[in-house]
Amino acid sequence: MQSALSVAVDALAYGMVLFVISIGLSVTMGLMRVVNLAHGAFAMIGGYIASYATQMLGIGYAAAILLAVFGTIAIAIPIERLLYRRIYGAPELTQVLMTIGITFMIIGIANYVFGPTLKTIPLPGELRGALDLGFRSIATHRIFAILCGLAVAALLWFLIEKTAFGIKLRASVDNASMAAALGVRTEIIYAASFAVAVGLAALGGVVGAELLPVEPYYALRYMVTFLVVVSVGGAGSIPGALVACLLLGSIDTAGRYWLPEFGEFFFYLSVIVIICLFPRGLLGRRA
Amino acid sequence: MSPILEARNLQKAFGGLKVIDDVSLRLEPGDRVALIGPNGAGKTTFVNLVTGNLRSDSGDVLIGGASVTHSGPAERAHRGLVRSFQVTRLFQDMTAEEHLALAILERDGKTHRLAGSYRAMPQVMREIGILLSTLGLGTVAHRKVREIAYGQQRLLEIALALALRPKVLLLDEPAAGVPQSDTGRIEAALADLPADLAVLMIEHDMDLVFRFARRVVVLAAGAIIFDGPPQAVTRDQRVREAYLGSYANVRRAH
Amino acid sequence: MRAGQSTRRVSTDLVGIAVILAAAGIGFLLFPDNLALLTRIIALALLVLSLDLVTGYCGIATLGHAALYGAGSYAAGVAAAHFAISDPLLMTLAGITAGAAAGLVCGLVILRATGLPQLVLSIATVYLFHELANKLSSWTGGSDGLSGISPSPLLGLFAFDLWGRTAFGFGVALLLVVFVLLRILARSPFGMLCRGIKEDPLRIRSMGASPYRALAKMYVISGAVAGAGGALNAISTQVVGLDSLSFTLSAEALVMLVLGGTGSLYGALTGTVLFMLFADFVSAASPFHWLTMVGALLVAIVLFAPKGLYGSISDYLARRRGTA
Repeated sequence: MQSALSVAVDALAYGMVLFVISIGLSVTMGLMRVVNLAHGAFAMIGGYIASYATQMLGIGYAAAILLAVFGTIAIAIPIERLLYRRIYGAPELTQVLMTIGITFMIIGIANYVFGPTLKTIPLPGELRGALDLGFRSIATHRIFAILCGLAVAALLWFLIEKTAFGIKLRASVDNASMAAALGVRTEIIYAASFAVAVGLAALGGVVGAELLPVEPYYALRYMVTFLVVVSVGGAGSIPGALVACLLLGSIDTAGRYWLPEFGEFFFYLSVIVIICLFPRGLLGRRA
Repeated sequence: MSPILEARNLQKAFGGLKVIDDVSLRLEPGDRVALIGPNGAGKTTFVNLVTGNLRSDSGDVLIGGASVTHSGPAERAHRGLVRSFQVTRLFQDMTAEEHLALAILERDGKTHRLAGSYRAMPQVMREIGILLSTLGLGTVAHRKVREIAYGQQRLLEIALALALRPKVLLLDEPAAGVPQSDTGRIEAALADLPADLAVLMIEHDMDLVFRFARRVVVLAAGAIIFDGPPQAVTRDQRVREAYLGSYANVRRAH
Repeated sequence: MRAGQSTRRVSTDLVGIAVILAAAGIGFLLFPDNLALLTRIIALALLVLSLDLVTGYCGIATLGHAALYGAGSYAAGVAAAHFAISDPLLMTLAGITAGAAAGLVCGLVILRATGLPQLVLSIATVYLFHELANKLSSWTGGSDGLSGISPSPLLGLFAFDLWGRTAFGFGVALLLVVFVLLRILARSPFGMLCRGIKEDPLRIRSMGASPYRALAKMYVISGAVAGAGGALNAISTQVVGLDSLSFTLSAEALVMLVLGGTGSLYGALTGTVLFMLFADFVSAASPFHWLTMVGALLVAIVLFAPKGLYGSISDYLARRRGTA
């Protein structure tokens, strides 16, 4: 049996990775009301770029992260222009179909280009070891993942609460047509948020590669997890997403360590219970 | 006579704003009541509280003496409280006949039947025929709602409400948006409503109010400021202030 | 006028039956060596019809409909493998019952929310069923699948042969029965109520009906249909795998439905047949390209034929007839 401490550290790291990837999804869903099932595919693209950059081009870890983030944004923006634009405000079923279609295509292409095997992103020396606490040691990478999550939360908080962009963003989330009438160029806010969301997904895909391994079916395998996190937290709520990630990350990790024969049974059971109790999510806005 | 519908001390606030503040109202069978008031007075909110589309913060609603405060709109409809909607909310892909069939079948508890068709139920067909001809909709019976004129849609709203055989009918601006040429039909339909039915109508058109109502209730800023015969309403000082107050101030400022 | 309408309805039903029989006949002649594929198409058609009942007729977007199909499949399989109930009709009955029960459970859960949370609930339920079936491996065989299913001859006369002729015939008969029953359902007072709920649940409530109750009931009916499909799958393949309870199958069923067009039984059938034939040709060539093609197909449908192939074509024909 694993010690409670190592399970807790893993749960925290996993929850933070989930947060980094899905917070962008939460914000864009709250903002544009698009059920985007392809969000995980962008995290996967980030993972592939970083893996290719480190393995094939011999670029360092930090540079690979930057390359992954901006590369993924560069890939995502034409997709947003060409396809997502068409489904803003469309019925949910249409959005689901379009974004599942995009996901399938990305999986198929990734499979074709990179093959079905698992891709690794080698960690730099500093992140490979373990931090000795005297009575226990913790893998440095887990601490790095946790710190990344905290940094993203802090930066987003700053961006949304303290900057002009944040004010416009919040206004658009609250009432897009009113914001537009007041001179906020909502389509630019949409595009910028989409880019930030995709960039964060890519960041999470790279940083979390140790916990969520990069392979073609990544986009499908974790699609549901990200969607669940957003829905449980309440679309558009950063604290909600954080709480949901930590809660569901803990349930999932604890389940995997202590009751592996049940698979993800308890994870999905808790999702159902939470949504039935809080149909708008834990910290969701009232309709 | 005992009231068929009673609202007791209803309160509703949105955020800190009290929209309905301690409103009570009694309707008796055969009543013809017009509910009027300036924009934003809370008329539609009041109707929604009575129908159960909104939950009140406090107060009670009784139908035929029994409390329905904790029942939803469906339960209240089954007890005889039926409403029409301000903007017509009909089913675009259904014919006029199907609308009435749906209402009649629901009233009789037959909408959960998995086989058969209302067309094979002579009583339902006869009732549909009567309703359609009463409201002059015979010619559009088999047209889908999206294909019929707006005035006829409003008439269908009334037919639909009547098909549920209400004891209390709440009409939310039945003539709004209807071209002048068609309002006569709607007024005739209103005049033909069953005598023992209690009707509460929200309306802005004062001509219609005076022709239809035998009692007028004025709601302003969430409270009832007048409840009496139509002849008295225009002479009432508080009503004049509520409606004209803002204009009077403007006048004075000049 | 009334008599004319009802005869027209009966005659479109007869046309439907004739089309299904003709398609089955053509399939039988074209793929005499691959009747198993045709039977699988029929089983999935039942799943897609079942999905159409909740998505097309009631407007509920779900990505967890395989839960109902898998429940039927496992019930039929478990009845045969563990309780020696090998009569195919009884196995089908077991599948229908289990599907309806699963429909009730899923419906009560999924209908608790709307929008994105509803979609997530639907996904969570199918995963829950999947994990449960995996955990109960002494009953279900877990990830190895449930085997040891050998149905006895149909009506005591027709043994399930190696070429799958009996299974195919049984499947066609089952599909016809379900098709006729669903046509009756679509015209019934309940069918009309569900159309109303899809368009404006609030309005339906103010007419005195409870959308929640009606939709839960539709979920049970839908579960029975999906369960029949699942049972057919168990009877014809004689194994039941965890994939019959998967998210992937749920998503594929939705793709098939939308490919054909939601809200019409013909659309559901057309979509299933086209998707499965397409899948059979393409996936044999390369599973990589298969997924890319399905993705491209979905995007194309959303952009160019939002009503599905059957829906768009019948719209086009109706317009031509209107202008002519």
